[in-house]
This record gives sequence, C-alpha cells and structure tokens, in this order.
Amino acid sequence: MKARLATVWFGGCSGCHMSFLDLDEFLLDLVDLVEIVYSPVVDMKDYPENVDVCLIEGAICNEDNLELLHKIRQRTKVLVAFGDCAVTANVPAMRNQLGPGNTESVLQRAYIANAQDNPCLPQADGIVPPLLKRVMPVHEVVYVEHFLPGCPPPAAHIKALVTQMLSGVEPKLEGKQIKFG
Amino acid sequence: MAAKTLSIDGKPITAEEGATVLQAAQEAGIKIPTLCHLDGIYDVGACRLCLVEVAGVPKLLPACTTKVAEGMEVKTTSERLRKYRRMTLELLFAERNHVCSSCVANGHCELQTLGYSLGMDHVRYDYLFPKWAVDTTHRLFGMDHNRCILCTRCVRVCWHIEGAGTKNVSGRGTKSHIITDLNQPWGESDSCTQCGKCVQACPTGALFHKGSTVGEMERDRGKLEFIVTAREKQQWIAAD
Repeated sequence: MKARLATVWFGGCSGCHMSFLDLDEFLLDLVDLVEIVYSPVVDMKDYPENVDVCLIEGAICNEDNLELLHKIRQRTKVLVAFGDCAVTANVPAMRNQLGPGNTESVLQRAYIANAQDNPCLPQADGIVPPLLKRVMPVHEVVYVEHFLPGCPPPAAHIKALVTQMLSGVEPKLEGKQIKFG
Repeated sequence: MAAKTLSIDGKPITAEEGATVLQAAQEAGIKIPTLCHLDGIYDVGACRLCLVEVAGVPKLLPACTTKVAEGMEVKTTSERLRKYRRMTLELLFAERNHVCSSCVANGHCELQTLGYSLGMDHVRYDYLFPKWAVDTTHRLFGMDHNRCILCTRCVRVCWHIEGAGTKNVSGRGTKSHIITDLNQPWGESDSCTQCGKCVQACPTGALFHKGSTVGEMERDRGKLEFIVTAREKQQWIAAD
C-alpha cells in the first residue's frame, strides 16, 4: 500500500515547496511510492485522516495555522518541520522582536503606512485569521518527529530524508545534509 | 621550560609547561571545537564549546584556559561533552536573533558550522526574540547585535593587537552587549582607528563591512595572524 503523504504551507514564502518541486524526475518515482493526500499543489480542501507523513512549511503565525496544525498532529503519524520557517520561525518571527503590540504595528506598517491606494486594514470575520501575538516554530506548538532545515532545504536533502523514511530507516540528516539559511 | 607529559583521548603527549590543553591538543593533531578562541589573541574561556573532561575533576573544564599538568588524563569527546556542547550552541542561537537566511555571514559563519558538526537540526529552547539594534553609524563597518554571541574576539583584537581599546562589554546577563567607547555610536568613536581587525575576527555576522548583503561577509584571518607573527617573532611572513 502506498504511504499517504501530505504537505502544508503555513507562514512561509512557498520556497520550500518550490524546492520540493525541484526534486524533478524523482517526483515520478515518488508518485509510485506515495499518494499525495493534501498539499497546496493538489486540490483537497480538508486535511484527511490517517496520514503517514506531513511536510510542514512555514512558521505558526495566525489562528488558522494553529488550528490546522493541531488537526494535522491528531491525524498524522510523522511530522517533518520542513525548512527554516518551520524549524526556527525564521523571517516571519522577526516581528516578535517588536514585543507586545507587534501585530498592530506590522499591520499598520504594511497596510496603512506603505499603502499607495486605499489604505485600510484587512478585516473579515471568519475569513481573515487574526495574527498570533508571537510567531512560533512548529515544535513549540506540537511534537515534531524530524527536522529538515534550510532556506529552502535543497532538493537533495528532501530526497535524502524522504527516501530514508520510505525505506523504513530512522531518518537522520548529518554533516553537510544540515543547512540553515 | 620543563615539559609535561599527559594523555589526550588516550594518546600520550608532551607539552611545554604553561601550555593550555587546547594548544597541546592542536599540536598533537586532536581537534577540539572552539568558538571564542582565535589564534594570536589571549583566551578567556567565554563560549564553553571547548569543554573537556579531566580525570579526577568532576566539572568540565575549558581546554583554552586550562593549563597542562603532569599525568593529566584528558578526554575531548564523549556523550556527556557532546550533550553539553550542543546545549551551549542551542542556547547561543536562542538568546539572540540569528536569522541565517538574512545574515551577511550565512555560509561563512563559525556558529553555523559548529551547529552542523554537532548535528544541530533544531533548537529545543524557546527563542527569546530580544530587541537589539544595528549600529551603522561607522563609515566603513556595521555592528548587528542580533548576531552577537559575546565571544569578545572583537574586544580582544581591539585592545591586544590594535591597542585602540575602542570595543568593550557593557551590562550583565542577557543585557550584556558590545559597546564602542563610552557606549556611544561607533561612528562617533574617537578611539577607533578604522583598522577593521574586529570585523576580521568576528565568528558570526555581528560585525561586517558596510555594503555586504546575505552571505557576502567572508573573513580573512590571515591578516591577524600576519600581524601577530610579525610582532612576536619579528618575521614578516604571510600565512599560507
């Protein structure tokens, strides 16, 4: 039976997913081994049950991220923090340095101070999720089995980790396979 | 001077009296991870990366400031040392804002390199996300306190090699930070000779040449070594 693989995109630039697509021809081998059950690149609205592995890109920045992450943890055997934003919270967490009130000040800066036309804050209850007071790496919220740092992680590192997991080996990246930034 | 005989990782070696365990290990070709140590300037044991086990001593000792002794038995690798070294590194990463992806030293950073060699794929401690400034008032150089690990290499090269005494440490605990002169903007410093030795000495992206962008800040330690060799041995020879 094929392994059920999911990928998810939280507070990040999608660069890790671009790097995933850089797996090139290995993607063809991968579809023989896994079924991609949830991902920004497949059309699936809700996170399914009984997922084997989920690659998590991005930091936890807003209420939606938080809710979905808890759902993912409940429904997934193995979580991989995928890329620097998931592993360290990276650039999205730079607003944490501004202390309490950082959510208001970054929104003001982005949507009012720097707006050329029609400055207004995005507000739509139930549609635009409120920002969290503190951006967090994934493992600060839920237990994470494996870490794949990099901004983005090179495709070769993704391939190494996925191959290890699919062959039933306890995944372990060492030396040159670890890279931040 | 009298020679001392000791063993490092089971290897019998001799070292000059007054030499440090780190020097003895380096001469014997045994590698101990270091971060605040820089060839040519005196050691202060600030970073605790070079901790070693010495038989009969319950606590771990920094190799860079521990002198060799007759019959000493030193261990430079063990599960315990690995555990503490990784813990130290993770605390360094958690204490300030080391955002590798937007750092001038990305790819040329000693903190990063040590992290990789110790298998650090994430930091287990909550990041503090402190608010620190970037001082770009100097004509040539910048200081980003977000990347500083307080190794004090810059302070030591400034005082010991250049003799200017511009850089210093102020504050305590997490408030501890590098200052210039009487805690004034670097650009307004009277004592700075603009020699740039501090920039060459910095292991991370804390000190940089203005105009460097992500990953562009590479150091040339050879220049420091050249000056020290010239001063101590009166030999004006460039390092290989």
